[in-house]
Amino acid sequence: MADTEKKEKTPRQPMPEQPPKVRAKNFDEVPLGLSPEAAVAEASRCIQCKSPSCVEGCPVRVDIPGFIRLIKDNDFTGAISKIWERNGLPAVCGRVCPQEAQCEGKCILGKKGDPVAIGNLERFAADFERANRKAPVPAKAPATGKKVAVVGSGPSGLTVAGDLLLKGHDVTIFEAFHRPGGVLVYGIPEFRLPKEIVFSEVDGLETLGGKVETNVVVGRSVTVDELFEQGYDAVFLGVGAGLPMFLNVPGENLAGVFSANEYLTRTNLMKAYRFPEYDTPVIRGKNVVTVGGGNVAMDAARTALRLGAENSYIVYRRSKTELPARAAEVHHAEEEGVQFKLLTNPTRFFGDDNGRVIGMEALQMELGEPDASGRRRPVEIKGSEFRIDCDVVIIAIGAGANPLLTQSTEGLELNRRGYIVADEKTGKTTRKGVWAGGDIVTGSATVILAMGAGRVAADSIHDYLTLGW
Amino acid sequence: MFKIVKRQEMAQGTVVLNEIEAPLIAAKAKPGQFVILKANETGERIPLTMADTDPEKGTITIIFMIVGKSTALFATLKEGDAYMDVIGPLGTPTHIEKLGKVVCVGGGTGVAVLHPITRALKGAGNHVFCVIGARNKDLLILEEQMRAASHDLRVCTDDGSYGHHGFVTDVLKSILTENNDIKLVVAIGPVPMMKACSNLTKGFGVKTMVSLNPIMVDGTGMCGGCRVSVGGETRFACVDGPEFDGHQVDFDELALRLRAYTADEKESHACFLNKAKQG
Repeated sequence: MADTEKKEKTPRQPMPEQPPKVRAKNFDEVPLGLSPEAAVAEASRCIQCKSPSCVEGCPVRVDIPGFIRLIKDNDFTGAISKIWERNGLPAVCGRVCPQEAQCEGKCILGKKGDPVAIGNLERFAADFERANRKAPVPAKAPATGKKVAVVGSGPSGLTVAGDLLLKGHDVTIFEAFHRPGGVLVYGIPEFRLPKEIVFSEVDGLETLGGKVETNVVVGRSVTVDELFEQGYDAVFLGVGAGLPMFLNVPGENLAGVFSANEYLTRTNLMKAYRFPEYDTPVIRGKNVVTVGGGNVAMDAARTALRLGAENSYIVYRRSKTELPARAAEVHHAEEEGVQFKLLTNPTRFFGDDNGRVIGMEALQMELGEPDASGRRRPVEIKGSEFRIDCDVVIIAIGAGANPLLTQSTEGLELNRRGYIVADEKTGKTTRKGVWAGGDIVTGSATVILAMGAGRVAADSIHDYLTLGW
Repeated sequence: MFKIVKRQEMAQGTVVLNEIEAPLIAAKAKPGQFVILKANETGERIPLTMADTDPEKGTITIIFMIVGKSTALFATLKEGDAYMDVIGPLGTPTHIEKLGKVVCVGGGTGVAVLHPITRALKGAGNHVFCVIGARNKDLLILEEQMRAASHDLRVCTDDGSYGHHGFVTDVLKSILTENNDIKLVVAIGPVPMMKACSNLTKGFGVKTMVSLNPIMVDGTGMCGGCRVSVGGETRFACVDGPEFDGHQVDFDELALRLRAYTADEKESHACFLNKAKQG
C-alpha cells in the first residue's frame, strides 16, 4: 500500500505537442513523443498489478506491465520485443487506439487519479526502435509450403500477414490502392499517423518474406476462386467497410460535398495538401462543415483547418457525451479551433448557379428516450431550421459494406447489411478456406479491433493449414 | 510498372494512343470497362475506359485527349516508358446481346471507348449502324477501325470539312427516322453530345446507353466522388456504371460536377507547362 502511494506521487507525464495555433496550419504530427526521461518516469508509475486489468482491456493482449517494467529499467529494446510478442503494429496502436476505453480505461490508477499513459509508452518503445533498429527480428518458424492470400492491407490484413509469416507460411497481401496500408494510409491523416510509420511496418513484413501486390482489386482484377486456382491454400478477407454513407438529403450531389473517404483520400493518400507539387486537388473551403461525431469526422474537421479553413464546424445530431470519437481527438479538435454545433441535423444543402455548395440548412435536436444503441435518441425540434454558410461539406457518418468483393465470391454468407458473417472466435466464414475480419465483418470500428480480429483469424488459419478445417 | 509498348499520336497530336503491358488486366477486361492510371509518384489517378485489349499479347490500349496536366503528363511518356500504376479492369462491362438493329454514336475520344463495344455488338449478330463525329476532319479518330466494326458507318464534322456537315444527332435522327426497328442506341462522347442524343432518342422511344466519365479517385466504390443522379437516385459510376440509361441520367448535374476543379486544373496545367518551358 505504501508503495502504491509513493508511486502515485509521480504525475502522469504530459505528452509534448505542437502548440494548437501552430499545428492547425501544418500537417506535421501533433504529439511529439515522450523523451526517454519522461518515458522512464511514466513507466515508474505502473504498480505492476499481479492480475493486470489493462491486459484484459487490450484486444490483442499485449503484456502491458511487462513492457512497462522494461522501459522503467531503461531496456527500451527489450520493451519493443515484449510488445511484438502480441502486437506487430505498436507505432500505429500507440497513436490511434482508444486507450481510454481499453487498457488505460482499466488501469487501477485511473480509479483515483490519472491512469498510466500506456499508449504513449507503447508509442515511445516503437519510435525508439524505429530510430535505433536494435531489436532482433522475431524468429520465423520453418517454411510450411502453404500459401495464404490476404486481401486488403489495412490493420487486420497486416496483422494476419505478420502472424502467419512468423509461423512459416508464404503470405501475399493484395491491395486495391497503389500504396499499402488501407485506412492507415488513405484515411488517418499525416498529423495523427505519419505515413512513413505505416510504410515502415509494411517494410517489416517484406523483410519477413511477405509479398505485397498493389493495384489488385480482388473481385475485379482477380476473384477469390481464382486465388484458390492459383494455389493459395487459405484466403483472408480484410477489405474494410469501404462504402461511404450519405445523408440522402437534397443538394448532396453539389460540388464541394464530399464523403469523408474522398476528402481524406485526396488529402492523405494523394497528398492534395501539397498541390500543385502533387497533382491531385481538393477543394479548400473557407467555411467547412463536417457532419458526424466519430474519429473520422474529427480527422476531417482538423484537416479542413490545415487546408486553410477560417471556420471548421463539426455538426452532430446528438450531444457532446454521445460523440463516438476518442476523447483525445475531440480535445485536439477543440484546442485547434474546430467549432462544435451539437444537437444539429442537416436537412438540405444549397448551391450556386455553378452547382457548388454555398450553405446548409439544419434543424436543432433534443435528446429523447434511449434508442437501440442505448444512447438517447435525437428528436427534431419543429420549426428550428437555421442556415450555416459553407463552401465545403464533408459527410462523415460512417461506412457501409462495399459489395465489390462479396458479390463476386460464391458461398460467403452476408448479413442483412451486407457484411460478411464470420465466426467471432475463429474468423471463419461460411466458405471453406476463407476467413474475414475487421470492418467488413463488424462495420466501422477501430484499428485495434480489426487487429484483434486479424490475430484470431491468423491463429485459426494456422490451425487449418496444419490440422485441417 | 506498366510499360508502354506502342505510342501513337492521332488528331494532329491532340490525341494519344498508348498500348500498355498489363497482362492481368488484359486477360480479364471486357468491353465498357475502365482502368485507372497514375503516371508517377506525384501523379493523379485518372480513369480511362479501355479502347482495346489483347489478352494474348497481354496489353491494353487507352486513347486520351490532352486536356490538362495529367493527360499532358501522360503524353510525355514515350514507347518503353512506363506508368507507375494501372488498376483494373473496373466498372461493370457493357451488356452485349443480339437485339437486331443498333446504333453506336461516338464523339471526340468517345469513339475510342465506343470501338470495342461496337465490335462486340456486331460480333453478337446485331446490324450495327455507326455515327462518329469530330469538330473537323483532322480531329476525327479511328474511322477505319469503326468502319470495320460496324455495317454502316456515317461520319460528320461540325465544320463540314468531312462527311456530313453538322452534329452526330442530325445523322442519328435520320437513321431513327428511316428505321423504325432500332432496338438500342449507344452514345459515348462529351456530356452535351450524350445529353442531346438521349433527348433525341427519348422522342423515338429507343433505349439509349451512355458511358460516363465523372471525376473519380479510387474506382472501387469507396469515395463516392463519381456519384451521378440516375432516375433520381444517386449511383456510383465506378461500380454501378460507367454505363447508364441515358434517359435517366441527370447530365446537367454531371456537367457541373465535372467542373468542380476547373481552377485547380488550370493552375496545375500552367505549372506543368511552365516547368516544361524551363526545361
